[in-house]
Amino acid sequence: MRLWKTILAAAVLSLAGATSAFAARTDLTLGIVLEPPHLDPTAGAAAAIGEVTYANVFEGLTRIDDNGQVQPALAESWAVSGDGKAYTFKLHSGVKFHDGSAFSADDVKFSLDRARAKDSLNPQKQLFAHITAVTAVDPATVKVTLDGPQGSFLYDMGQVAAVIVAKGSADGNKDRPIGTGPFKLDHWAKGSEITLVKNPDYWGTAAALDKATFRIVPDAAAAVPALLSGDIQAFANMPAQDALGQVQSDPRFSVVIGSTEGETILSINNKKPPFDKLAVRQALASAIDRNAIIAAASNGLGKPIGSHFSPGDAGYVDLTGVYPHDIANAKAYLKEAGLENGFSATIKLPPVPYARDGGQVIQSQLKEIGVDLQIIPVEWAEWLSQVFTNKDYDLTIVSHVEPNDIDIYSRPGYYFQYDNPKFNDVIKALGTAVDKDKRLELLGDAQKILAHDVPAVYLFELPKIGVWDAKLQGMWTNWPIEADDLTKVKWTD
Amino acid sequence: MTAYLVKRLIIAALTLVLASMVVFAVMEVLPGDPARLMLGLNASADQVELLRNQMGLNAPLLLRYLHWAGGLLSLDFGRSYTYSVPVIDLVRERIAVSLPLALIALALSTIIAIPVGVFSASRQGRAGDTLAMSVAQLGVAVPNFWFALMLIYLFAVWLHLVPAGGFPGWNAGIWPALKSLILPAVALALPQAAILGRVARSALIEVLNEDYIRTARAKGLPYRAVLWRHALRNAMIPVLTILGLQFAFLLAGTIIIENVFYLPGLGRLIFQAITQRDLIVVESIVMLLVAAVILINLLVDFSYAIVDPRLRGRQ
Repeated sequence: MRLWKTILAAAVLSLAGATSAFAARTDLTLGIVLEPPHLDPTAGAAAAIGEVTYANVFEGLTRIDDNGQVQPALAESWAVSGDGKAYTFKLHSGVKFHDGSAFSADDVKFSLDRARAKDSLNPQKQLFAHITAVTAVDPATVKVTLDGPQGSFLYDMGQVAAVIVAKGSADGNKDRPIGTGPFKLDHWAKGSEITLVKNPDYWGTAAALDKATFRIVPDAAAAVPALLSGDIQAFANMPAQDALGQVQSDPRFSVVIGSTEGETILSINNKKPPFDKLAVRQALASAIDRNAIIAAASNGLGKPIGSHFSPGDAGYVDLTGVYPHDIANAKAYLKEAGLENGFSATIKLPPVPYARDGGQVIQSQLKEIGVDLQIIPVEWAEWLSQVFTNKDYDLTIVSHVEPNDIDIYSRPGYYFQYDNPKFNDVIKALGTAVDKDKRLELLGDAQKILAHDVPAVYLFELPKIGVWDAKLQGMWTNWPIEADDLTKVKWTD
Repeated sequence: MTAYLVKRLIIAALTLVLASMVVFAVMEVLPGDPARLMLGLNASADQVELLRNQMGLNAPLLLRYLHWAGGLLSLDFGRSYTYSVPVIDLVRERIAVSLPLALIALALSTIIAIPVGVFSASRQGRAGDTLAMSVAQLGVAVPNFWFALMLIYLFAVWLHLVPAGGFPGWNAGIWPALKSLILPAVALALPQAAILGRVARSALIEVLNEDYIRTARAKGLPYRAVLWRHALRNAMIPVLTILGLQFAFLLAGTIIIENVFYLPGLGRLIFQAITQRDLIVVESIVMLLVAAVILINLLVDFSYAIVDPRLRGRQ
């Protein structure tokens, strides 16, 4: 009996402690599912690197905001030459790296030259492919020359892999990231947590938080109790979809469903028979019921898409009606392809819930038109080597999370094995188009070609399921890029 | 005894060499390229090739094996491909979590299992035995994943006595660190205790039917003394065997519990290294574990000799 009294007393005390009013908090613990392999965004593609470091630790010339718009960052302003080939960036002065060294035009030159060098291991090297020269005009001015006008250049310079690093510390950034951002690394307990603290020498508006800890919670089932117990106060993207209702009904938490750049698609090996026939791909597109897939694979939260484009982005065209769900039509397409008796194929599914759950629904939907799918579960490493590198697959489900990546269908040797000269022309024109209306028109054209030609069946846009303490403000609603930007995050009371 | 020891050590060394070949070969045939995993979908084939060269992955197979195995001999475990830090540093950090956790869990399970086993065996077939063994059956059957979550909801979410998960590190102080290991240790220990308790009971029942127990009783020793001093000691061999196996499991096989409590333990490190094809980390840790299992088995063998004096003279 006494033991129970003690336990009860302890419980009451700790509850009282948790609810009594303090001055506004200045620390935050966020949960992330995957641990970054290292913290250098210029040397690894893992999205978790950018999640922790973008805008917090590292900054680029420009930056992407919550709405996917380009904003000034280390460059306070810029001018574009008449022919669109030269960008002159005016840099902020008084900027220091976390190790105390001063930031100048030389660091910009170093970073961009390093990223585009022959031996560059930058995971997004293609962003720098059109740069022909970088000149430090004076310590506060950088001139970047391109081989032609580039419509997305300012956006590209705001991407995660384009952040500015210092010559003296670049090689150590994997373990000890030295950036210019409002937070600096305090410590990284590998496998456990990464702690950032406020940078007192920050050049811009200081962050409201003194300390931010990214705690790695790999298990979806553990995410909910971690939140309920108060150990973790925010998940930028919460893994526990099934338990979302439990959190949603709790007034202590805000649940904010936003959009991402993750086009979740049924990728098709376009060179492999019978998928080289348009009618077969049209049959697949017609046989698929997006709503049923979204219900199973993203708890009904994903937005249906009809092409490779995020509904949240400027220029989006709703093409979900091009091939409506219609079994009779799908069978007619199969007949047109000479396959009225159906056929069998394989579908390789990477180890993510949207793929594994979605794959089962697609398997049963395609069965209705006589297409017999064999499900092959694969790990990411296998997916990358078998599907992506060796193109040894029929169908697969994957979410393409890179922003503005519709051009992947024009890349030679890309795993879709899709080659459409008409589409390639549109992408080529888009690359050099600078005029905004012209760009939107070309983006629309590109979307339409893909929607009609079905190099992949477009399923849904991956949702971002933000869950955080209701007293927390400033977290990103959307993920135009995968970043947990904490620069404006604060506690209210 | 010395000859026995030397023989055992030679066998252990041969096992290690053989294991290193198997481990290396298995990781080689596993599909997947660590360089591509690092650089992602947008990197060009040239970049991937460049990184493979930097990682030393393009060297001939035999050369790489010899380089790695040679490093192991001088206790150099290599550098992690993904973390780019020495493997030994990673292991040291993880052992600081996994070893105390395994020891606490093992101690808990022994403290629970032995008395329960003795209790059940001495009341064989009676109500107390049936009840204890039913609970033990339940303990074996309940998934420890689910059990762990129930513990979290009760003690962390509802009572706020311990954190729901995570590990603050030993630098944060002994008590905060221990506090975060209590629930995982309990979640690990109870299913182990259930198994151990059942083994202890059946071993003890077997011993209790031996003639020397009747003799001990006949010469007037009290039942409790016979049970604890004579019977239990003779029933220890199967119990110690199971304990040895359980300890080896607790060191690295606790990935599910580590995930539920998001503890930075060895199991999770191996799992993560496999998914990221951080081959050198997987290979080196598996070798360490093989060495640990061999060592534990040696210790178990020697402890047989302690509980059973007859084994001491034998070769």
